[in-house]
Amino acid sequence: MIVNEPTCSSAAGTAPRETFVLNLGPQHPATHGVLRVKMTMDGEYVLRAEPVCGYIHRMQEKMGENRTYAQYLPNTSRIDYLSAMTYTHGFVGAVERAARIVVPPRAEYIRVITSELNRISSHLVWWGAFLLDLGGFTPLLYAFDDREMILDLLEGITGARLTYCYYRFGGLYNDVDEAFLRGARQFVLHMRPRLKMYRALVTENIILRKRLIGIGPISAELCRKYGATGPVVRGSGVPYDVRKAEPYSVYRELDFDIPAFPEGDSMARYLVRMEEMAQSLRIIEQALDKLPDGPVMAEKVPRVLKLPAGDYCYAVEAARGRFMVRLVSDNKEIPYRVKLRTPCLSNLSLFEEASRGMLLADALALLGSLDMVIPDIDR
Amino acid sequence: MAHGEAGVRAGRAMTRRVMNGKDANPEIPEKEGPLTPGLPNATPSGVGQQAGPALEPRPDPLARLPLPFQAVDYGLKGYHLEAAVQPDQVVSAAQHLDREGFSLDTITGVDWLAQGQMEVVYDYFHPSRGLRAVVRTRIPRENPEIPTLSQVFPGANWHERETHDFFGIRFLGHPDLSPFLLPEDADYHPLRKDFEA
Repeated sequence: MIVNEPTCSSAAGTAPRETFVLNLGPQHPATHGVLRVKMTMDGEYVLRAEPVCGYIHRMQEKMGENRTYAQYLPNTSRIDYLSAMTYTHGFVGAVERAARIVVPPRAEYIRVITSELNRISSHLVWWGAFLLDLGGFTPLLYAFDDREMILDLLEGITGARLTYCYYRFGGLYNDVDEAFLRGARQFVLHMRPRLKMYRALVTENIILRKRLIGIGPISAELCRKYGATGPVVRGSGVPYDVRKAEPYSVYRELDFDIPAFPEGDSMARYLVRMEEMAQSLRIIEQALDKLPDGPVMAEKVPRVLKLPAGDYCYAVEAARGRFMVRLVSDNKEIPYRVKLRTPCLSNLSLFEEASRGMLLADALALLGSLDMVIPDIDR
Repeated sequence: MAHGEAGVRAGRAMTRRVMNGKDANPEIPEKEGPLTPGLPNATPSGVGQQAGPALEPRPDPLARLPLPFQAVDYGLKGYHLEAAVQPDQVVSAAQHLDREGFSLDTITGVDWLAQGQMEVVYDYFHPSRGLRAVVRTRIPRENPEIPTLSQVFPGANWHERETHDFFGIRFLGHPDLSPFLLPEDADYHPLRKDFEA
């Protein structure tokens, strides 16, 4: 095994190199859940980091094959529990596409508003937890303070704080109220100066920059070979975002940018997510301005859905990247096959190659910058 | 920031030199031009670019490839192109799509118990053209074997391990088909339609 770093070898290439295996996880704070990484080390340097997955595997795809579409819907908010809105959007989108249900525009706008709020709350959790990994405790408290506002807002209309099941085939469970609309606007006004404060407090902090800049470079080609998406690929300079590449819902009618940073290091991935929060605020503001009146549920959606035989895909941009549902129907009430393509699996799969030759502490910064949610990998 | 402002403002390039004494990021290759005119690649400034509206696929953008791709209505199916190929063609199909700049989305199986077949579905997406392509093939259910893509797309490794877990499809040439999501001693394949818990 060749180590990239020229300064690396403890024995400076003379004596036979002694390596050891370091077991990280499955219960370890840096893996944010039950992920295990088997690391072959040469001193402080990582020779090989092999993720071992499956500790929280629940066979979500088999569950999809023994219940109806409506019964399966709540499962989809428990895959990436930090990004539940977008995941349920992926599933209802696939069913609506197959059943050719047209969703009323008001419902689509509210879906966008709630999904983007969810994206911000997910990025805030990542931000706090990532900085905790790097040794900074304070930012987590700020992040959770701001996130609390989002959770309260979404709880008011959905009844849930995390595992939302707000979207229904054909629209929404219920309409939003005045309190939510007012609160969402207030949140946008509140969050903009907070992002500025985050920048001054953390992003421009020299300790953070020294921990992240140039650490864990991932090239655009590596992302392509592994199918990495989301902030990971955008941190490698590829402005790939499902909201633009395969526009769904009403994203086509909203004006927003896809932040991409070509450096490919952990700092680039950090900056992508920070900039994305600002873009989500832009989207929320526009969607609130444009929010049309009307029903939030399509008419005549049958209580028991039988989708026409065939296969149907629907992809959404979740907080961690491309989430796709692939449904196969044989014209029965129960899906023949539900495939969940989750972003974290592809994003983590490049870790072994990307972390080779890094210092252990830097490899953990790289792992944190990939933003893993383990149930999303294991399903 | 009350202190250290000037140092921070000095920017990332300087911090990098301070840290490593060399360009910290030598692996990132020179950027190639955009694959499709009109879709910009990332600019060095990074923020603020827009990928523009997704391009509607031309009738058959992959027509020059020796693969039976057919255009599909994206609005109905969620992908633009699909091709049903022979099992021994999946690797060459992957190589062609790799050269076109596609990325592997996922690999999965479908158990068609009544027909005695296993379907293997390969999903691809294009990171800059917004295209979605599907390659599918069928293999006999009794002896489900198919060549691996992991030499073309290293990302196929985990997707194939997962498909082996769930369906028992053996990917020939795969470096390690040990259980990925199932327990390490699992000898069952739960997404087979005749699987009983």
